[in-house]
Amino acid sequence: MTRPISKTVNVPVADGDGERYTLKMGPQHPATHGVLRVDLELDGETIIKCSPQVGYLHRGFDKIAENRTYAQSLILTDRLDYIAAMANNVGYCVAVEKLLGISVPLRAKYIRTIVCEMSRIASHLLWLATHALDIGAMTVFLYCFREREVMLDLFEELCGARLTFSYPRIGGVRQDVTRNFIDVLQRFVAEFPTHIGEYETLIDTNRIWLKRTVGIGVLSAAEALELGLTGACLRGSGVDYDIRKHRPYDAYDLVDFEVPLGSDGDIYARYRCRMEELHQSARIIQQCIDQLPPGPIISEDAPDLVMPLQGQRKVEAGSSTYGTGLIRLLEDKGEFPVGDIYVSTEVPKGELGFYFISDGSGRPYRMHVRSPSFIHISALPALAEGSMIADLIANIGTLDVVLGECDR
Amino acid sequence: MHVLILFIEILILFAIIMLHVAYATYFERKIIGHMQVRMGPMRVGWHGLLQPIADGIKSFFKEDVVPEQADVVTFRAAPIICLTAMLTSLAVIPFAKGWVLANINVGLLFIFAMSSLASYGVILAGWASNSKYTFLGGLRSMAQVISYEVAMGLSLVGVMMLSGTLNLTKIVEAQGGSFGGMYIFPQIIAFFVFFIAMLAETNRVPFDLPEAETELVSGYCTEYSGMRYAIFFMAEYIGMMVMSSIGTICFLGGWNGPFEVTIFPPFWFVVKVYAFMFVFIWIRATLPRYRYDQLMSIGWKVLIPLALGNIVLTGFIKAFTG
Repeated sequence: MTRPISKTVNVPVADGDGERYTLKMGPQHPATHGVLRVDLELDGETIIKCSPQVGYLHRGFDKIAENRTYAQSLILTDRLDYIAAMANNVGYCVAVEKLLGISVPLRAKYIRTIVCEMSRIASHLLWLATHALDIGAMTVFLYCFREREVMLDLFEELCGARLTFSYPRIGGVRQDVTRNFIDVLQRFVAEFPTHIGEYETLIDTNRIWLKRTVGIGVLSAAEALELGLTGACLRGSGVDYDIRKHRPYDAYDLVDFEVPLGSDGDIYARYRCRMEELHQSARIIQQCIDQLPPGPIISEDAPDLVMPLQGQRKVEAGSSTYGTGLIRLLEDKGEFPVGDIYVSTEVPKGELGFYFISDGSGRPYRMHVRSPSFIHISALPALAEGSMIADLIANIGTLDVVLGECDR
Repeated sequence: MHVLILFIEILILFAIIMLHVAYATYFERKIIGHMQVRMGPMRVGWHGLLQPIADGIKSFFKEDVVPEQADVVTFRAAPIICLTAMLTSLAVIPFAKGWVLANINVGLLFIFAMSSLASYGVILAGWASNSKYTFLGGLRSMAQVISYEVAMGLSLVGVMMLSGTLNLTKIVEAQGGSFGGMYIFPQIIAFFVFFIAMLAETNRVPFDLPEAETELVSGYCTEYSGMRYAIFFMAEYIGMMVMSSIGTICFLGGWNGPFEVTIFPPFWFVVKVYAFMFVFIWIRATLPRYRYDQLMSIGWKVLIPLALGNIVLTGFIKAFTG
């Protein structure tokens, strides 16, 4: 067999409409953050057309949830945005609580707020690390991971897991926080602004960083709203929309924090927003620690949805109240409301919404997840078309997408 | 007899340089490691000292993969072109007085010629691999080398004017042994231009576009593996050393130092070259990467005008001061 030589190759050759060629970037590319594939039509290095292809990580969570009780579906939310699983857990629990009309004890609300903000820090650190690495600043990557490790260690101490936590429960949280957890977190929060300063010394006013981010990937406020962006991507364009502030859940109405806004709507504005959010998260955690009230960590209203309390656990095997109470839920169909509900929370990536249609059966008739990453990915062509390959990478970074959440 | 001695000299130089290349990678990994709050290699040997040897053995015994669609001859030749060109330019570098394989009168030009040849290796590698990433890497490399070669050549014209020669040994001698005699002071603009062009010429951060791993996977060497990849790697490090040597010779007074080390005459040369290498690595740990068009505009709109201005300035000063 003769080997083909260069003449027969698929490297670009001039055709009718100039020297355009296509490049299928991903799903196994170092900078597409997981399994994103972007089909590019290029003219030299300029992107003429860009179409993101998603679905490589599709697991059908919306459908799986239909066959599970509400409590069982919690573990699915871990696997949405695996960078900030805790925030997804809380988002899901908040939604189900609203559906079932369960009120959460104050201590649990504070603990949830703490873990939500911790996962925001962990997620934003990973975003900064990879975003900087994409643009070529290698050291920021490792500095960020140093601090992220503290967060993961704390999560491990809290619930035994570092990635898929399933720590919150419908109606509260699983375990109480320990003294050591609070101490370590307190120390971390106190010194965290210094670490943010360290990242900023490397890139914040770096000429090359500014050249790569200022004026690149610009979205006006109107465009950002049109595309349905949320989170820092929307706030970078100057739209004041943060669910923590505007439709507070858990303890967010009890703490004081600011919503950082950008004005330029470029990569740098979004970068500044997220850096400022790190400061605000540290501030929220500090306030929660200071205000943390004593009391129960799971609601009395929904004992069946949580791990049985110490006294309730000694139930004979085989009885209907054994275990987590999931079996009982199915029996008491009458307890469940009929109707539909949409509840959204502010996760690090943006607005994570859960839409349930309940037929009163104890399992959702339909669960839909409004995942911010899926919607943000659709903004990629608007950001990248007309720019260069290097800008595409910066734009994927600035959207802060996680494909687990995008594909569900 | 003369040829035999020369041959032995070449072998010795080759062995020493290869050892230096191996340990330059160790040097880089350790320094970047410590800059990034980690340790760098620690497992193989004491503090990872045998890591470069292990890496060498590993890449040597790896399977030699040639992509089905590649142009085989060019694909195989490209790394060798790179390495040969880089190694050849070592022949004219004076490590100390008289420590030079070929003391030719056009040493500086010879080095330019060789470093341009090496970029053919990169371009051919990008083309022959027949993959779109390598192709883009090759294109970027081509554009980058053309623009920065010009800036670098022009920046050294000032040095040539001051010393009146292209012979590297004579350039060092023209600077004299004193600290103030180093050309970095009268040619500070040229040094600035040279330094930036040097980073671009060796494909180092912040100009590592031909192999930008987050954009083009691994640029021109995406399809290479095993020993062929290692050869590109060696060529890059030898390139760094050659460029550091040129910087040392043309701007920092070559082997001259504050005092003479009689046991080992190239002592100050080695120290200065490693100081350059350290800066290379330091920059890699600190800076992000430029975009392709920004790189071009720096080359053509900043560096070349600066270098030209420096030539005019040097000419005036030389004309009026004699």
